[in-house]
Amino acid sequence: MTAIGAPTGLTQGSRTKGGIGESTLRPDGVLKVTGEFAYASDMWHEDMLWGQILRSTVAHAEIVSIDTGEALATPGVYAVMTYDDLPTDVRHYGLEIRDTPVLAHGRVRHHGEPVAIVAADHPETARRAAARIKVEYRELPLVTDEATATAPDAVLVHENRSDHHSGHVPHPNIVHRQPIVRGDADAAAGRADVIVEGDYYFGMQDQAFLGPESGLAVPGEDGGVDLYIATQWLHSDLRQIAPVLGLPEDKVRMTLSGVGGAFGGREDLSMQIHACLLALRTGKPVKIVYNRFESFFGHVHRHPARLHYEHGATRDGRLTHVRCRIVLDGGAYASASPAVVGNAASLSVGPYVCEDVDIEALALYSNNPPCGAMRGFGAVQACFAYEAQMDKVAAELGLDPVEFRRINAMEQGTLMPTGQPVDSPAPVAELLRRVKAMPMPPERQWESSEGADVRQLPGGLSNTTHGEGVVRGVGYAVGIKNVGFSEGFDDYSTARVRLEAVGGRPVVTVHTAMAEVGQGGVTVHAQIARTELGVAEVTIRPADTRVGSAGSTSASRQTYVTGGAIKNACELVRERVLETGRRKLGSHHPAWATAELLLEGGKVVTDGGEVLADLVDVLEDEVVEVEEEWRHRPTEPFDPRTGQGDGHVQYSFAAHRAVVEVDTELGLVKVIELACAQDVGKALNPLSVIGQIQGGTVQGLGIAVMEEIVVDPVTAKVRNPSFTDYLLPTILDTPALPVDVLELADDHAPYGLRGVGEAPTLSSTPAVLAAIRDATGLALDRTPVRPEHLTGTA
Amino acid sequence: MRVNLTVNGRPQQADDVWEGESLLYVLRERMGLPGSKNACEQGECGSCTVRLDGVPVCSCLVAAGQAEGREVVTVEGLAEFARRRAGDTASGVRGGADASLDAARRWQAGGTDSQTGENIELAPVQQAFIDAGAVQCGFCTPGLLVAADEMLEHNPDPTDEDIREALSGNLCRCTGYEKIMDAVRLAAARRSEGATT
Repeated sequence: MTAIGAPTGLTQGSRTKGGIGESTLRPDGVLKVTGEFAYASDMWHEDMLWGQILRSTVAHAEIVSIDTGEALATPGVYAVMTYDDLPTDVRHYGLEIRDTPVLAHGRVRHHGEPVAIVAADHPETARRAAARIKVEYRELPLVTDEATATAPDAVLVHENRSDHHSGHVPHPNIVHRQPIVRGDADAAAGRADVIVEGDYYFGMQDQAFLGPESGLAVPGEDGGVDLYIATQWLHSDLRQIAPVLGLPEDKVRMTLSGVGGAFGGREDLSMQIHACLLALRTGKPVKIVYNRFESFFGHVHRHPARLHYEHGATRDGRLTHVRCRIVLDGGAYASASPAVVGNAASLSVGPYVCEDVDIEALALYSNNPPCGAMRGFGAVQACFAYEAQMDKVAAELGLDPVEFRRINAMEQGTLMPTGQPVDSPAPVAELLRRVKAMPMPPERQWESSEGADVRQLPGGLSNTTHGEGVVRGVGYAVGIKNVGFSEGFDDYSTARVRLEAVGGRPVVTVHTAMAEVGQGGVTVHAQIARTELGVAEVTIRPADTRVGSAGSTSASRQTYVTGGAIKNACELVRERVLETGRRKLGSHHPAWATAELLLEGGKVVTDGGEVLADLVDVLEDEVVEVEEEWRHRPTEPFDPRTGQGDGHVQYSFAAHRAVVEVDTELGLVKVIELACAQDVGKALNPLSVIGQIQGGTVQGLGIAVMEEIVVDPVTAKVRNPSFTDYLLPTILDTPALPVDVLELADDHAPYGLRGVGEAPTLSSTPAVLAAIRDATGLALDRTPVRPEHLTGTA
Repeated sequence: MRVNLTVNGRPQQADDVWEGESLLYVLRERMGLPGSKNACEQGECGSCTVRLDGVPVCSCLVAAGQAEGREVVTVEGLAEFARRRAGDTASGVRGGADASLDAARRWQAGGTDSQTGENIELAPVQQAFIDAGAVQCGFCTPGLLVAADEMLEHNPDPTDEDIREALSGNLCRCTGYEKIMDAVRLAAARRSEGATT
């Protein structure tokens, strides 16, 4: 039998023309509102077992012994596996550096590291059996910060490194280090009228996607395995999974199951290999679903960071130089740390003109939880700090903070600190102007004829104030984010597009491996096909590994890269169809040979609008199908010493204005409004674009005032792995989110579009911080801000 | 143990239920109704919200045995539930939420046969979520729909603050909530338009 919940194609009806630029509705929308949409955690198979992972209870320890006897003897248990049971010599995985053990080998390096796996016939049986595995640990000294990582007698988190960064890092506990030197910061500092220094701390944020990690592995009769999985990049998973299983890649057949959000947290493998191992071992389908507690340990987080900045400026408000040092804590395994370092370094100055810079960014190995990709990817931490600095310098100079930013705003042609020219529109000043020009929310909006509506006040329904001690503040920020994978990465996507006549109507089928994680890629892909092929009915095939790689649903890249691949494949299909038409019908009308021909409304038309033929008459029984890889322009690595290089594909920009009210007596913050202006190049689906901007904005709000994974500095254990203790913004914490979308085409990109998803996550946080500083007069050098930071009781 | 309950209008029976199993587990794993989602298992996120004798609850916090003999509405039954409620309102049944609730309890959910979702009748709040762009990953959506539908049942003309208060037990990580606000406003507006025309 087939697995229940295996995705079928999504066919969208033909009520609208539905091409790009329209706010067409999600093809999976009906399934999602009726509860029919099958997420990975909803998968079910006859005879299915449940997998459970036993994780380390300590952060850094030698494993003295593991006794699985009692677990194996538990009725209902089918398998228990440890490192010694792995089938091949390939026992590690990783996105870039394969340093992560599938199951711990002799040593655990962070709290919650997988040690053993169990399969049983009920999830509770699996949990109880896992709890019966006896692991004896001998604890080791901890590496928890830069000082302990680089001390002369520091314990090495990874001994005998041989990865491609190990040769140039100053210490083996540093994953990667990227300096950027441009101009002469020392000389430029001599010209500065004011110099402002600051130290900042950015807390560890969790992606907190609502759909926990999950998947179903079904053993195949050919010795292979079918894996239904929630991920961000099927082919990256496949490359890491297959060698551990000892299977060729074509025997690990992966299908994207419904994904309940991602935000970077599904770039790394979680339970994929474990489920496959148990399925192959038991010969039965195995499903693994993390609960929320496990999810906090089951994926990497946003790097916490310590940032030191020095900005100089002349009296007339021009930046002279920027010096900065960004130390990211990568935790126990490398994950995406090297690329996060590259981003943090290259985007560390922000969207400003500054010729003289001295920059250093690095990521540590430590025994803290592993950190990697999260929306904004290294640019978020930097933006929080450089925007705080920009406000401080403006204050030193007696300038309005928006005016100071305008004076220094980059524009098209500005050179990045890496020497790369920004060769498409960079409307930084315009975005700030727009966000400042939006009407301000009314004062004392909580007042009504029936008294104060506490729901609109800091403290909310806790009823802590009716307006007493409440002070309003306003803050601004702007940020710059790269789009696509950088530093010379071969960042391609693949699209298979098929056009045929079915039941007398032309139908397009689009097949890619793009992971739809909620962003609406499936909506946009159908729109692109309609625009290019003039066919209303488009079916989006489920994403799987039967088609070439689409690359990751990350880095704001999928509409650009997989969208570009679909556009390209559609163009090739169109050419083939027109050739067929010329061959079959060319003699009927001279325009077949002379005019520019388009496909519109299911017909072949001239650019003058004359209809030459119905597509179904051109196609007859012929199926036109093209599968083709597509690449954006190449990038190059940053020089390891100077950081120079054309490392990024595209830049995107967003600006925010935050209005907050602070109960200064209790230290409670209510964000009243968080307005955003963003340049998106071309909004292929305006409704989805605004949804991305608002969603990114609120994730930035979260890290500003509530979200932080708290790691005990003494034990390196996670203190708050639950939604009770890790606070996400609720709808009551979230303000009105007005959005102003600017569309300045990037001529290098398909349709002129600009990646959208991440930029709004950058400037949101510093705008809220600036507004709180404005309300309270406090310096506030860390995020998130908690009440004790506002009441002086920290 | 054996648990008997009515789910979306149909009597259901689950055997061999462990004492520790939640209503959510029984719905998802024993009754083939995975629409209600498990995102936190501790009542913080609201993704598993169902109606238990009309009252919205986090089904992850309800022991299966507590649902014995009671009536449950999940997202899978929401459209039919709303249709019955609207039908009875139109035919002049008065008495507000409780009366229409009783009427809504009498229906039987129809089967759905389309994986693509074409031609499925939706509750007004479901349609509004699609139209307003309130669905991204959709994992929070079932719980939000049940909660929003229940709010609109007793407060058909909510203020923004009413909506925020009513939905404050439902976390969403994708949308930033603004489109969810739009969707609930839209559902309320369509309802009042429908009532006046």
